[in-house]
Amino acid sequence: MTGRGYLYAVAAHVGFILFWQLMVIVADVPSYILPSPLETIAEITDSSYNWWTHTWVTTLEIFGGYTMAIVVGVALAVLFVWVPGLNASLMPLLVTLNMVPKVAMAPLFIIWFSYGIVPNMIIAFTICFFPIVLTTYRGLVEVEPDLINLVKALKANRWQIFIKIQLPGSLPYLFSGMKVAAILAVAGAVVGEFIASEKGLGNFLLIQQNALNTSAMMMALLLITAIGMALYGFVIALEYIFITRKGIKT
Amino acid sequence: MSKMDQEPFVKLEGVKKIFKVGDKEFLAVQDVTLDVREGELVSIVGPSGCGKSTILSILSELHPATEGKVQIGNEMSPFTPGKDIGMVFQKALLLKWRTISDNVLLPAEILGLPIKESRERARDLIEMVGLGKFADAFPQQLSGGMQQRASIARALVHDPRLILMDEPFGALDALTRERMNLELLRIWKESRKTILFVTHGIQEAVFLGSQVAVMTSGPARMAAHFDIDLPEPRTLDVKTTEKFGAYTKEIYHLLGMD
Ligand SMILES: Nc1ncnc2c1ncn2[C@@H]1O[C@H](COP(=O)(O)OP(=O)(O)OP(=O)(O)O)[C@@H](O)[C@H]1O
Ligand SMILES: [Mg+2]
Repeated sequence: MTGRGYLYAVAAHVGFILFWQLMVIVADVPSYILPSPLETIAEITDSSYNWWTHTWVTTLEIFGGYTMAIVVGVALAVLFVWVPGLNASLMPLLVTLNMVPKVAMAPLFIIWFSYGIVPNMIIAFTICFFPIVLTTYRGLVEVEPDLINLVKALKANRWQIFIKIQLPGSLPYLFSGMKVAAILAVAGAVVGEFIASEKGLGNFLLIQQNALNTSAMMMALLLITAIGMALYGFVIALEYIFITRKGIKT
Repeated sequence: MSKMDQEPFVKLEGVKKIFKVGDKEFLAVQDVTLDVREGELVSIVGPSGCGKSTILSILSELHPATEGKVQIGNEMSPFTPGKDIGMVFQKALLLKWRTISDNVLLPAEILGLPIKESRERARDLIEMVGLGKFADAFPQQLSGGMQQRASIARALVHDPRLILMDEPFGALDALTRERMNLELLRIWKESRKTILFVTHGIQEAVFLGSQVAVMTSGPARMAAHFDIDLPEPRTLDVKTTEKFGAYTKEIYHLLGMD
């Protein structure tokens, strides 16, 4: 993004918040329906809500599940490339499993893994690991055939082809998978907390809903968004270092 | 020994290639006979699907010939498979995540050559192909013609005895292509390599080659050879000579295009 691009982006965000504040004032919306941005932000000062505990728990679940998804997803994709039979049998199964609505599986996970931070990590993991496997696998196999011919003419072995060509070539694909997965991981962790948990911002949302405490709910939503933004920003930064900086188009 | 009765560096005799796909057989090319002296630049020209790339893949040991004799190297210049092959394709096929100099270095890495000397050699070659200022740039920052120069440097970095080029300038615009032809002649003279140059362009084939092998399709085979006797060094003026016109006309005729 150019300097001007950043300016526009910031302007759009500020504009949105102003519009929100203005709407609440002009339409005179009661605050239990839609609190203003100022009312929402003010909730952060209320220490009885234990913001930091809830935020920390949700952050752990998201980052934990996400990290697991990357490790397992990339490992599986590599395995698929190295063991052709595995790819032929397991890839169709993966595609089918990907069709199962993972959110609807969350209640089952509670039965299998009980509830708490780790089960929610597993839910976040299940929901976000598919895009990682699928994109990484595609990146690993999508190599120019003539490039393979070129290095094979030099008698390159399979390992050299993998390390020097396939693996680095799959990075742009991995990053596109990681961006999708970042959004899914946030959704996965919060859904897990909805279904059964004692802590975390998703759990907090449900409790405040019973009290019709809308502004605290909005604040929780803001915090979840902030966690997601931090994760996404981290991925974008890595992508910049490895991909964008070199002028590689994704 | 005079140059003429020296053993050829590349010798193909009655080569035939059949591809088996499932239980079906496809005749890719037949009757391939070719003698290339060391240090010679030979063009192979012919329509799409006549087996040009197949010949190169036989020479680079990607596919074995089904029939016939394939011999590379002679007593004076032994040939080591792998180490002695450099390839250039229509696409530059540079690794997007590597700088130009690291791209040029790739064959040296694969062959496990001493990295320090290879780096120096890569730098000299990048200079020779006119990319000195772009050694640390990424391929995406270069034009198509510049990328192709880099891929030529890459084909030379491990000092192979044989360079195989498969329509290397086929994707370039007409002007860049003419310029690259002249560049190639210069690089060929400087590096003294044996080059097999595959092209669709009859004019290009005659302009570059000291010998042109003409392939025809239906059935795919090597149909004729021309020794090209044109003034050296070849400059663009050569293209306006009567002889040049006569060669190209004859090849057009052979390919049934007049
Ligand atoms: N790996 C392969 N398996 C099966 N058939 C092949 C294979 N490679 C080439 N062929 C067939 O061999 C024939 C010759 O192909 P080749 O690629 O050598 O032609 P070409 O002269 O290089 O064509 P072009 O100018 O289009 O590149 C074609 O009919 C092609 O379909
Ligand atoms: Mg071809």
